[in-house]
Amino acid sequence: MGRYVIRRLLQMIPVFIGSTFLIFIMVYALGDPVAALFGDRAPDPATAARIRAELYLDQPLWKQYLHYMGQIFRGDFGTAFNGQPVLDLMVTAFPITIRLTLIAVVIEMIIGIVLGVVSGLRRGRSVDTTLLFLTLIVISVPTFVTGYLLQFLFGVKWGIVRPSVSTDATFGELLLPGVVLALVSLAYVTRLTRTSIVENVRGDYVRTARAKGLPRRRVIVRHLLRNSLIPVVTFIGTDIGALMGGAIVTERIFNIHGVGFQLYQGILRNNAPTVVGFVTVLVIVFLLANLIVDLLYAVLDPRIRYA
Amino acid sequence: MPEPPPPAQPSPPQNPHEAVAPTGSGGAADLAMTEAETLEGGGRTAAGNVHNKPRSLWSDAWRELRRNPVFIISAALILFLVVISLWPQLIVSTNPLHCELAKSQAGREPGHPFGFDTQGCDVYARTVYGARASVTVGICATLGVALLGSLVGGLAGFFGGWADALLSRAADIFFGIPVILGGLVFLSVVTSSTVWPVVGFIVLLGWPQIARIARGAVITAKQHDYVQAARALGASNGRMLLRHVAPNAVAPVIVVATIALGTYIALEATLSFLGVGLRPPTVSWGIDISNAAAQIRNAPHMLLWPAGALSLTVLAFIMLGDAVRDALDPKLR
Repeated sequence: MGRYVIRRLLQMIPVFIGSTFLIFIMVYALGDPVAALFGDRAPDPATAARIRAELYLDQPLWKQYLHYMGQIFRGDFGTAFNGQPVLDLMVTAFPITIRLTLIAVVIEMIIGIVLGVVSGLRRGRSVDTTLLFLTLIVISVPTFVTGYLLQFLFGVKWGIVRPSVSTDATFGELLLPGVVLALVSLAYVTRLTRTSIVENVRGDYVRTARAKGLPRRRVIVRHLLRNSLIPVVTFIGTDIGALMGGAIVTERIFNIHGVGFQLYQGILRNNAPTVVGFVTVLVIVFLLANLIVDLLYAVLDPRIRYA
Repeated sequence: MPEPPPPAQPSPPQNPHEAVAPTGSGGAADLAMTEAETLEGGGRTAAGNVHNKPRSLWSDAWRELRRNPVFIISAALILFLVVISLWPQLIVSTNPLHCELAKSQAGREPGHPFGFDTQGCDVYARTVYGARASVTVGICATLGVALLGSLVGGLAGFFGGWADALLSRAADIFFGIPVILGGLVFLSVVTSSTVWPVVGFIVLLGWPQIARIARGAVITAKQHDYVQAARALGASNGRMLLRHVAPNAVAPVIVVATIALGTYIALEATLSFLGVGLRPPTVSWGIDISNAAAQIRNAPHMLLWPAGALSLTVLAFIMLGDAVRDALDPKLR
């Protein structure tokens, strides 16, 4: 197990370097950040050159990249061009987005798996066909449409929740945005769980468990579900990264000041340190989530051994 | 083996040393094990006299599809969408770029069944003309992703070794970038108002998904006896790959690509909604929805029509992909 973790961590290094370098190139292709700093006025050449030297911008791109990565691993994410340390922005933004993602993941896990089991056990019946059709519709309606619709219905028309989220972003306020964020993934989890259950319900071990006279609930939860969850766990693990990145749309609709908001502002204002810093952290989250998923396989399925 | 996870979502790196092969190969194994002739033999041949010759996977799938109402409905819808994106004049006589401010946010009136948007443009005309951008992006991006992905994945799977390691890690790198974030960063530089930057971007970040599926399918297909036989007969690598491996590995790629088409259309709309995808004067559902969203309290019709059209289009392609998967995956029969 330990050796496997180490090998996977080593494998992550080139992927991490590649992804972050790609983002680095994209961001610095955005344009001249020093010019952006001066807004509409033309910068004084001497001042511009001084700022460039201070910000390490006069070096070739790969040197800038190495310098930047060196700083990150010392815990220094640099300073945004408006003088705020990027780390400060992260400290306020990440807890909000993590709360939002957590709500979304919990919703998609609980509701998705329950619906998937119900649907899979009643394969071909009306419950199953209805659920399958509903999930198709949910997948087809893009998040920003459901977001605005639910905001309009719950926030404006019926007045059940406040349509926009305050800067505190408490759990209660994030409930509706969390549902919006989770919806599409929820549909995928339902379909995946259903397919997996349908495949496994015919398995010999299920028949054996039934023949032993185990109660139905125990057969489903301990035997069937445990064997059916591997693809679902894979999906949810990789979805965590996608949700944190995809939160940008939800955060915009509900005016949540999380990671997506900061990133959007950073891109609009050509604020390279903010963008690179946030995206780097998101890439790390994504890679770690994948690693944890691979390790979870062993917990779910003892047949899987890591040498 | 697990069912391949839904295509819109990433899956963890797949390599032979890992405990579980998470994507693709499950369906691929079954598909490849099914008695499958080459592509040319199957498909549209008359299914009536099937008793005389063995049916291929493709003619089987086609028979299944023709009896599937989901396939018929979605195929008819897609045909309609393609026709109106080629010739929108067929059902619209007004110009989508012709707007009268006096009619800003007005409701329906004769000749303008969906009413007007904030600029006073005809919502019906804009909804119909919006199909063109979405369908173009969807089809071109899918073709690009499928070609690049199956080329890279196929070569990686067929040759293995160093080529495989290198190409798989390259795929991981592009996979590690969250799509919407990448789109915001990458497309905010672009100033062109055509669909091509969006298509290029989707291909750039989308190919690893198909590459993984293709790689898994090729690895399964190349281990079969007939490939070994071809090798023993002295067939070249190119001939083996094209004549023997590719026809038996192409099914999972087709399935995933069809479902992905729908998600690419949704992705284009999301990017346009965020202001970095298509730009005016291109008529796009994403742009219209974004403009309408601010006015949802006054004029919900501005949001509902383009949003409905977008959802229906995505639904049609996902349903088609679903039907094709059911037909090609014998395990689900």
